[in-house]
Amino acid sequence: MARTITYQQAITEALSQEMARDSTVIVMGEDVMGGSGAEGEMDAWGGPMGITKGLHSKFGDQIMDTPITESAFIGAAVGAAASGLRPVAELMFSDFLGVCFDQIYNQAAKFRYMFGGKSETPVVIRTMYGAGIRSAAQHGQSPYSIFTHVPGLKCVIPSTPYDAKGLLIQSIRDNDPVIFFEHKNLYQMEGEVPEEPYAIPFREASVVREGADVTIVTLGLMVHRSLEAAEKLAGDGIECEVIDLRTTSPLDDETILESVRATGRVVVVDEASPRCSVATDISALVAQHAFDALKAPVTMVTAPHTPVPFAGVLEDLYIPDAAKIEAAVRSVAGYTR
Amino acid sequence: MTLSRDELLEAYRVMRTIREFEERLHTEFETGEIDGFVHLYAGEEACAAGVMAHLTVDDRIASTHRGHGHCIAKGVDVRGMMAEIYGRATGVCHGKGGSMHIADMDMGMMGANGIVGAGSPLICGAALAAKVLGTRNVAVAFVGDGASNQGTTLESLNLAVVWNLPAVFVVENNGYAEATSNKFSVGTDSIADRAASFGMPAVVVDGHDFFAVHEAAGEAIERARAGKGPSFIECQVNRYYGHFEGDAQTYRPPGEVEEVRANRDCLELFATQVTKSAGIDSAALGEIDRKVATLIEESVVAAKSDPVPSAEELLTDVYISY
Repeated sequence: MARTITYQQAITEALSQEMARDSTVIVMGEDVMGGSGAEGEMDAWGGPMGITKGLHSKFGDQIMDTPITESAFIGAAVGAAASGLRPVAELMFSDFLGVCFDQIYNQAAKFRYMFGGKSETPVVIRTMYGAGIRSAAQHGQSPYSIFTHVPGLKCVIPSTPYDAKGLLIQSIRDNDPVIFFEHKNLYQMEGEVPEEPYAIPFREASVVREGADVTIVTLGLMVHRSLEAAEKLAGDGIECEVIDLRTTSPLDDETILESVRATGRVVVVDEASPRCSVATDISALVAQHAFDALKAPVTMVTAPHTPVPFAGVLEDLYIPDAAKIEAAVRSVAGYTR
Repeated sequence: MTLSRDELLEAYRVMRTIREFEERLHTEFETGEIDGFVHLYAGEEACAAGVMAHLTVDDRIASTHRGHGHCIAKGVDVRGMMAEIYGRATGVCHGKGGSMHIADMDMGMMGANGIVGAGSPLICGAALAAKVLGTRNVAVAFVGDGASNQGTTLESLNLAVVWNLPAVFVVENNGYAEATSNKFSVGTDSIADRAASFGMPAVVVDGHDFFAVHEAAGEAIERARAGKGPSFIECQVNRYYGHFEGDAQTYRPPGEVEEVRANRDCLELFATQVTKSAGIDSAALGEIDRKVATLIEESVVAAKSDPVPSAEELLTDVYISY
């Protein structure tokens, strides 16, 4: 039965249900048990976002704190995944992926191929991304394109509580390494989520709004900014089809191309910086496979090519907003050769 | 720790197989038929054999770029290894790994590794799995003196202590990280001293001496199996060939390798000791030598004539390709 819970609660529920279903699902990360070795109340914190709060009381040793040692514990999660467990490692901020990158892109991603198919690495790395809380350059990036680039990794970027639960359950049950990106500004978003466990297959983009005039391809928090723009544009008779990618690898290219072939106009909206990004990747895909259908230039709305700034006025300018998306769509919709 | 006749002969077989495998690769590489990067383990055989004598197939190891010896000692099929190094479809990794990524998870061998120090965190994970699943298996990370300076190794030593993991870290200190001497690159006199400071037993042994390695590894692995936590062993050893095949070793003093080959060769030391004090006659060792020579010859002949991977193999063993 569905009821309304937050994105954050949906993630906690997915973890809890999977840990209950399968005792080889273990959770590890910094502060996830609430602070091992400290004299205060155990299990009351559950990491900085409180995602894992209460799991230690329910699941005991299935959850473990780590020192601040990302290379070692992400590598350990990878090694444990190759040795019979299904670890879910919480990497507090996705900016910290740089600290442990080798264990992800040279080790986890490549085992299956390098070892001739004789290895599976069912590890999930949950990590928080995105700008919008004044967390600045080293705690505010959206680095999913870096991981999308690497063969062997799967990249999951849920935009709603419903997707967060279903995609996390799928991530845990999947036999390949998954990087699961959670947006800081979505944790408090509410939505209908079934109580029972369910899995959403990868490579199934979601058409969150149908429309015949312009296709908006987007992901994560930007889905909501795009919907906001689409509502406004509809008032002026411009109907947008909004596609939420949900996974950037594997990518549901068919849904994108089908929509672009119908509308002939596309705007790609991405919170990350613009070079070698998901936005450029989608643009190239469309240019390569739907060139004949295009009635206007492929257009991107992205952050500028700068680190995430601290000052509120600058960060607000940095993040693509509904007004920028609306302007891009108007330009594409009104384009004539 | 007394070894039976069979155990001694098995240790000799393992070391001789590694030596023959590596000496043959050294010769074959010069013909230009082997592609890529090849790092030979000749001279260090006693380390792999001494440690692996205590492991079962379900125990796990992570290796280094210099991984052939660890594979052989862990029981990976020698023919399949040779085929892999020749890039054949019959290789243990279907020709997709090569020398530097040779692995066989079914044998508990989690891979040679092209990244220095990358195996240590993986072994923490394998040890964690053993602990969580209650298997009593252990996991052993082999690293070199070069990797002893990597953060991944130092972090893993701490994590293994913090989580009380059934892990053993074996540093094969052959004196050189690529071309750079450990006299320059290791800031302390002893790598083992560093490990001890993390709160685990750490010993230094002569890596040319099978019996010394075997005894130290036995204690460490028994301790890990008993749930008493990780240990560290520094094996001081020499490599007979360069960092990689083709390395002229200009950084080594003249005569260094010759001196070790003449006076501290692990196979010679082992043979002398077991014929003198364990009642094994040299004929028994000679019989092993002949069998190993045949195996290596057959492996090379087979590898050279085996098929290369089919074009379809390019896109398999990965979840999606575009």
